[in-house]
Amino acid sequence: MAQYVLRRVLIAVPTLLIISFVIFAILALAPGDPLAQFALNPAIPESTRELIRIQFGLDQPWYVRYVKWLTALARGDWGFSFGTRGPVIDLIWQRLPQTLIVVGTAYLIAVLIAIPIGVISAVKQYSLFDQVATFAAFIGFSVPSFFTGLALMLVFAINLKWFPIVYNSTLNLAGWDGIVEQIRQMALPVTVLVVQQTAALTRFMRSSMLDNLPLDYVRTARAKGLADRMVIIRHVLRNSMIPVVTLIALGIPTIFAGAIITENLFRVNGIGQLLITSIQNSDTPVVMAITFIFACLTVLFNLIADILYGVLDPRVRYS
Amino acid sequence: MRSMRNVWRRSGALALLLILIIPVLAACGGQQPAAQPTTAPPAAQPTAAPTAPPAAQPTAAPTAPPAAQPTAAPTAPPAAQRGGRLKILYWQAVTTLNPHLATGTKDFDGATVILEPLARYNENDELVPFLAAEIPTIENGGVAADGTSVTWKLKPGLKWSDGSDFTVDDIIFTWQYCADEATACTTKAVFDPIANVEKIDDTTVKITWKEPNANPYISFVGPNGMILQKKQFEKCIGAAASTDAACQAANLAPIGTNAWKLKEFKPGDVVIYERNPFFRDADNVFFDEVEIKGGGDAASAARAVCETEEVDFAWNLQIPKAVLEPILASGKCDPLAGGSFGVERIVVNFSNPDPALGDKRSEPDQPHPFLTDPAVRKAISLAINRKAIAEQLYGPTGQPTCNVLVVPASVNSPNLTCERDVEAAKKLLEDAGWKLKGSVREKEIGGKTVRLVVSFQTSINPLRQSTQAIIKSNLAEIGIQVNVKAIDASVFFSGDPGNPDTLDKFYADLQMYTNGPSNTDPQQYLQAWICDERASAANQWNRSNDGRYCNPEYDALFEQLKKELDPKKRAELAIKMNDLLVTDGAIIPLINRQTPNAKVKALKGPTFNTFDSSIWNIASWSK
Repeated sequence: MAQYVLRRVLIAVPTLLIISFVIFAILALAPGDPLAQFALNPAIPESTRELIRIQFGLDQPWYVRYVKWLTALARGDWGFSFGTRGPVIDLIWQRLPQTLIVVGTAYLIAVLIAIPIGVISAVKQYSLFDQVATFAAFIGFSVPSFFTGLALMLVFAINLKWFPIVYNSTLNLAGWDGIVEQIRQMALPVTVLVVQQTAALTRFMRSSMLDNLPLDYVRTARAKGLADRMVIIRHVLRNSMIPVVTLIALGIPTIFAGAIITENLFRVNGIGQLLITSIQNSDTPVVMAITFIFACLTVLFNLIADILYGVLDPRVRYS
Repeated sequence: MRSMRNVWRRSGALALLLILIIPVLAACGGQQPAAQPTTAPPAAQPTAAPTAPPAAQPTAAPTAPPAAQPTAAPTAPPAAQRGGRLKILYWQAVTTLNPHLATGTKDFDGATVILEPLARYNENDELVPFLAAEIPTIENGGVAADGTSVTWKLKPGLKWSDGSDFTVDDIIFTWQYCADEATACTTKAVFDPIANVEKIDDTTVKITWKEPNANPYISFVGPNGMILQKKQFEKCIGAAASTDAACQAANLAPIGTNAWKLKEFKPGDVVIYERNPFFRDADNVFFDEVEIKGGGDAASAARAVCETEEVDFAWNLQIPKAVLEPILASGKCDPLAGGSFGVERIVVNFSNPDPALGDKRSEPDQPHPFLTDPAVRKAISLAINRKAIAEQLYGPTGQPTCNVLVVPASVNSPNLTCERDVEAAKKLLEDAGWKLKGSVREKEIGGKTVRLVVSFQTSINPLRQSTQAIIKSNLAEIGIQVNVKAIDASVFFSGDPGNPDTLDKFYADLQMYTNGPSNTDPQQYLQAWICDERASAANQWNRSNDGRYCNPEYDALFEQLKKELDPKKRAELAIKMNDLLVTDGAIIPLINRQTPNAKVKALKGPTFNTFDSSIWNIASWSK
C-alpha cells in the first residue's frame, strides 16, 4: 500500500510538470495583452504599453518565461498579478473563502439530495417519483447555468425581490442580521449550482443501484428474511456507494476552481470569477496559479479516490 | 404500513413536481411585473450596509422625503440627513488603487475617491480646480505666452488623510515616479512633455515643457494626473513599484487628499472607503462611506439601480437598446448620458489587403484597387443609414454624427451633413464608370475587371454585428457587395504584430471601431491621419494611421496646428482637418457614442463626463 502511494506520488511530479508546461504554452501563444483595454487610448500610446510589457517580462520568449516561472515557483513565489501588481497568492487566499462557502455548500447540498433521490428512483424504478426525478435530472443536465441563473435572478430577485442580485463580500457575520443576509445572498447561486450537480449525481446513484439490485447477494439477503429497508440500506446502498464515493471525491477539486459562470453572474468574488477576469485581462500569473493549483488538487484527489476505492471495496488490491 | 409508504411516495413525487413547476409559473407571472408589488414583503427593502454603525444609518427609503425621524441627526443642519453608504456598481472590478498603474477605467475611478489631481474636467469640458486654487491661464499669468511653462497655485493648508501636509514636493515626486521608465506607469504619456517641475514657493509649482506646448493642462489634470504622496511611495520608483512588498501594499492602499480614505479593499471585488477627517471641505461631504463593487455584467448592473435599487449608481451601461430601454423605463432611475465616449467609425483601407500580395499586403506602398477612387468612398458614406443604426441599435447610447471630432464642443464642426441619399450614391458610382453587372458594380482598370466586393471587419460585439448587417444591406442597394467578418476583441484590439487579424494590420477593406480624443486638445487625436503615422511592417504596425491615409494637404494643416498656440485658431484648424478627413472619405463617421451611467432618482450630483471620470465630483454627491 505504502509503496503504491509512493509510486503514484512519484508519477504525479512529471504529470504536473507537463500540465504546467502545456497550460503556460497555451496562455503564452493565445492572443491578448494585459493593457488591451487601452489599445486605442491615445493617452496611453503603444510605446507606454511596450514599456509595461517589458516590466512584466512579456518581451522575452515564452519558454524563457516558463523557466523563470517554474524556478520562482520552486522558491514558493507565485509571482505578481498584472492587474493588482500584488502577490498572486494573496488574491487566491482572499477569494477562497467565498468559493468554499458558496460552491462548497452547493456541493454538500447536492450530495445530500442526490443520494436519496437516486436510491428511491432505483428502488421504485419507473414509478411516478422516478419519472419526475429523471425529468428533473435531464433539465438540470441540459439547461445551462447562465440560463437558470438569469431566470432565477429575474423571478426571485428582480420581480419578487426576495434576494439581492449584488453579492456583498464584506458582510459582518458576527451578528444574526449578517448571517441572515449571507444566506439570502447565497440562495440563488447555490440553487443554480445544486440543480446542476444534483442532476449528475442522481443519475449516477440510480444506475449504480440498478446494477446492484438484481445481483445474487441481494436475493440471498432477501431469502434470509431481512426487511426490504434493511436489504436496500445495509447491502445494496453500501455496495452502490463505491463508485459514487469515487465520483464525489473527484468532484471536490472542482469546488476549489469555483463556478465561473455562476460566480460571475451573481458577483460572488470567488476563484471562478478571478479566473475568468484574469483570462480576459491576460493576467497570466493569476491564471497559471489557479490552473496549476487546480491540477495539483485533481491529481491529489485522484489518488485519494483510488485509495478510498480500495478501502471500500476489499476486492481491490494494490500492488 | 404499505399505505403509509404509498402516501410517502406520492407526496415525494408531488413535492418534486412542485419544485419543478414553481419556477415555470413564477417565470410566466414575471412577465407582468406590475401585478405583484403586494406580494413583496418588507424583504424588498435592501437593508443597506449592515456593517455601518447604526447611528449613521439613514435607512434611506427612496421615496420618502426627509420629513421623518430626527433621532440620529448629528450637528448638520436639518436640510438633508447626512451619512450612510453610497453604493456604486461597476461591471468591471477595481484591481489597483494606484491610478498610475491602472489597467482600466475602473482603476482610475477607484483611485478618484481617494486621490486628486490639480484640476478636473466637468461635464462641459471646463476645468474645475481641485488641489489648485485657480486654473492658470494666459490672462492671470499662469500660462507662459510662449507655451513653454505653466505655473499652478495650490489651495493653502491642504492635508493628506494621514494628517501630514500636502506639499509641492508631492507633485514633483509624482512626476519623477512616472518619468522613470522602469516604474511602467500607464499614465506615462502625460508626463513625457515635462522637462522639469520646480517649487517656486510653498503653494506654487512651475512646470516647464520640453518644447512649447499648446495644451498647458496635459499634466496633473484629470484621471491621469492624480498626485501620490511622496512619503508613501518614495522607495517605489522603478521596478520596485511592482515587485517590492511595501510598494505592492501601497498600490492597494494609497494615502490621498480627497473626501474619503480607504477602509477595506478586496482587489477584483469591492472597495470600501470611509471619511477622511482631514479633507479640506469635510463638513460638506454627505456620505460616511462609499462602496465600489465590481463584476457581473452591464445588464444586471442596470437592473440593480433601476429595478431592485440595491445600488445608487451604475457605470457604463453598454447594453443594446432593446435590453436597456425597458430597464430604464422602470422610472426609478435616471440615465446620465452626454458628451462623447468616442465616435464609432468605418475606416477605409487605402492600401491593398489582397492576400496574393504576400508580405506586401496592406503596406502603404500598395494602393487599394478601388477604395483609392473618391467616388467609391463617398458613395459608401452616402448609402449608409446612420439614422436607422442610431435609432434601432443604439437608442439612448448614441447619436448619428458626420464628424470624426465631436468633443469638446468648440471643435465639433457645424459644416457637414450626412443624410442618406441612395440615388446620389448610385449616380456617383455610375458617373465614375462603375457599371452594374448583376447585383455588383464593376469597372475595367488597366485591363482587369475590378468588382466592388469589400470585406468589412470589426470586433465581436452584438451591437457591431447588427451594425454590420444594416451596412451590408445599405451597400447592397448601390451595388457594393459586403462580406462581413467579426474578430474577437482581444485579438482585434491587441497590438500583437504576429496576429493577422489586428486592426493595425487591417487585412480587410473596411473596418469599424470606436475612438475619440483623450483630452480637450485634439492634436494628439488628429495626428492619427498624417502620412508619417501610417502603420506598416517596418514600424511593427504600431502606428495609429491604420487606414494608411496620406494627403499632403492634411499634413500641411497638421504642421500648422502643431505650431499654433492660440486656442481659437487651433479650434478652427481642427474643424478644418475634421472636414477634410470626412469629405475626402478617409473615414466614415457613424455614431457619437454616449455610453450612459445610471443613478437612482434620489441621488444628487452625478453628471456625465467626456474627459474625466464619471465620478469626478463624487465629494459633492448627496442623497
